[in-house]
Amino acid sequence: MIGLRKRNGGNAGAPRKHDVMIYSRYERFWHWSQAGLIFVLFFTGLGLHGTHDLLDFETAATIHTYAALALIVLWVFTTFWNFTTGQWKQYLFKQGIYRVIRFYAYGILVGEPHPYKKSLQRKQNALQSLAYMTFMMAIGPALWSTGFIYLIYDLWNGYAWSSEILWLVALVHTVAAFAMGAFVIVHVYMTTTGKTPLHYVKTMITGYDRIELSEVEEAYIRETGNVEMK
Amino acid sequence: MGVVSRVLILAICLGVAGAGGAFAAVSADSTADHGKFDELKQPFADGREVTKACLKCHTEAGAHFMKSIHWTWTYEHPITGQTLGKKSLINAFCGNAVTNWGGCTSCHAGYGWADDDFDFSDQTRIDCLVCHDTTGTYYRDPQSPGHPACDRMFADKAPIDLAKVARNVGLPGRANCGSCHFHGGGGDGVKHGDLDSSLIAPARALDVHMDAEGLNFACTECHVTRRHLWAGSRYDVRAVDPEGTGLPGLRRDVATCESCHGDSPHPDNSLRHLKLNGHVDRIACQTCHIPAFARGGVATKTVWDWSTAGRLNEKGEPYKIEDYHQGDGQHRDTYITIKGGFEWGENVVPMYAWFDGVMRYTTADDGIDPSVPVEINHFEGSHDNPRARIWPFKEMRSKQPYDSVNNTLVYTHLWGRDDNAFWGNYDWPKAIAAGMDMAGKPYGGQFDFVETRMYWPITHMVAPKEDALACDQCHAADGRLADLSGFYMPGRDHFGWVDIAGYLALVGAFVGVLLHGLMRVVLKSGRREQ
Repeated sequence: MIGLRKRNGGNAGAPRKHDVMIYSRYERFWHWSQAGLIFVLFFTGLGLHGTHDLLDFETAATIHTYAALALIVLWVFTTFWNFTTGQWKQYLFKQGIYRVIRFYAYGILVGEPHPYKKSLQRKQNALQSLAYMTFMMAIGPALWSTGFIYLIYDLWNGYAWSSEILWLVALVHTVAAFAMGAFVIVHVYMTTTGKTPLHYVKTMITGYDRIELSEVEEAYIRETGNVEMK
Repeated sequence: MGVVSRVLILAICLGVAGAGGAFAAVSADSTADHGKFDELKQPFADGREVTKACLKCHTEAGAHFMKSIHWTWTYEHPITGQTLGKKSLINAFCGNAVTNWGGCTSCHAGYGWADDDFDFSDQTRIDCLVCHDTTGTYYRDPQSPGHPACDRMFADKAPIDLAKVARNVGLPGRANCGSCHFHGGGGDGVKHGDLDSSLIAPARALDVHMDAEGLNFACTECHVTRRHLWAGSRYDVRAVDPEGTGLPGLRRDVATCESCHGDSPHPDNSLRHLKLNGHVDRIACQTCHIPAFARGGVATKTVWDWSTAGRLNEKGEPYKIEDYHQGDGQHRDTYITIKGGFEWGENVVPMYAWFDGVMRYTTADDGIDPSVPVEINHFEGSHDNPRARIWPFKEMRSKQPYDSVNNTLVYTHLWGRDDNAFWGNYDWPKAIAAGMDMAGKPYGGQFDFVETRMYWPITHMVAPKEDALACDQCHAADGRLADLSGFYMPGRDHFGWVDIAGYLALVGAFVGVLLHGLMRVVLKSGRREQ
């Protein structure tokens, strides 16, 4: 594999910008189907919680259950994909998170450049990695584990403690759902912070982004065709 | 005339088809045609003579029946040890059978219970016909004379051709059981709310099982009988039935829904049915499947105020006001001098409560607190009691006399031609003193009226499945189970400040990114202008 150890780019010759597919077909499928399911789950979940009355309870419960099952299947596949492709490393903690935070809190307002450059091997900045890691390791598991326990309620409702546990399960599920909601709001907003407001969304749809490739990277891609490039 | 043609004519006369209906027509499947029995081809002087003829062949029936609560009117509760049954209890309707025997025992399945000396060991006093008549011409009168004003209600009935009735006996139909059970509390539908004359020939919408055009179940289809003992008791209800069906032949010890439908009653493994089956352990079938009671056009009494009884009109006569017009067009009393004031209800949404099946009664011996409504019967149950489920109830609200010195409920003497009977003299002090004296209970000499409550489990008038409750009739903040507490229920319950914090987080995130975006836009355009 091509190793580019230095931060923000390559070391072999002057980097040149290319349209490279940085989000593979599966990654995009994962992202958008997950987005759709989370939206459906959040909307029906709020209905089940009694926040809104736009769906009757049975419809909301039915959709919520099927969407949850679908999301669990998606996550099982994605976990497999992450580990087999090595993509899980994208989510590891990175240095420079304070500079990224500073950028979004201040730099972006005054027109500073982003302190981080996307590369083939580093799709995410440090803040993104941390946020997605939190999403995948805390919010997500809190939701699917309690949701799954909730789903199999009938298998444990005979126990004397079932009532108290149901309350706790529902509480954790609700708290995690609010966290997910807040995450999604900020996440959607962050998509507007690219070169143009829709740049990141386009990237996530087409999979292509314009990033710098070192000569070595470029030569490798041309030789092997492992990564699609325009 | 052959059995078949007789059955047909009978069915046509009664407007029902097949066995199990209103009056169960004599079954063509029976191995005996009572119409051919010489013992029954004779003029009978009275009902007891018919019974004697019955017992000649049905030699054990008398001994069996005498163990039935229909005969004893007494029930020893196996769990509470309380002695229950009409023979001793006070209820929130007419009050008590004690001291009013002749009137109340018009619904005792026996002949001649007019006072405390009734002989419960005399088999010839059993009334076979009230349950087994299939002609619809048999009826019962009070077993002792009441005040002329009351007796009037029972006058002008056609005489009974006992021989004809005797030759046309069969298994009980709904109208047989209903002749008493539909009229408990002194009138059609008064007492139960889920039992009234609309069930004699109900449509499917009223009761899927008794549907005259459909399953056409007789009462005994569920209240299965062995040795003249019936499954199902209001005093000791099987509130949870984890055993389910007892195939083959079905269980015969209970009258639960589960004894036929099992404990996973919603078929197939669809998500909807899996979820519904998951409710069975906590929610009685009746809770969802009987969305309202008194649905057949007959109202049920919901309030009975005895304290206004005894008023006379300007001519000094008892009177009544018929101000409630029920669904089938009949007018019902809202006031009657002998009984007081009433309110009625139709399509009544039940009260819901955790119920462990054990009914405990406030008897004449129990002290009461008159400052709060007295629960004539009460029950226990909670979300963590595996013997309890959420059941629907009819709540009866009454105001009835009590001993304000000893703080006990009182027996009131209503029925009779004597000078003390309230139904005739309209004199509470005399009627209560006489009632307590006749019942052998201490009476402090002063009375007042106390609010009472009585709870009747609802289990009949099972609606078609398409009319069962929808999820959000309970899973909502203001749903049917809003008053039940102590357990979490999705859609009904929230998490207080956790919810508030959650909504604030959502709003905060939204406002935050909005402001951030706004600043980006403003500052960017500022930079451009520079």
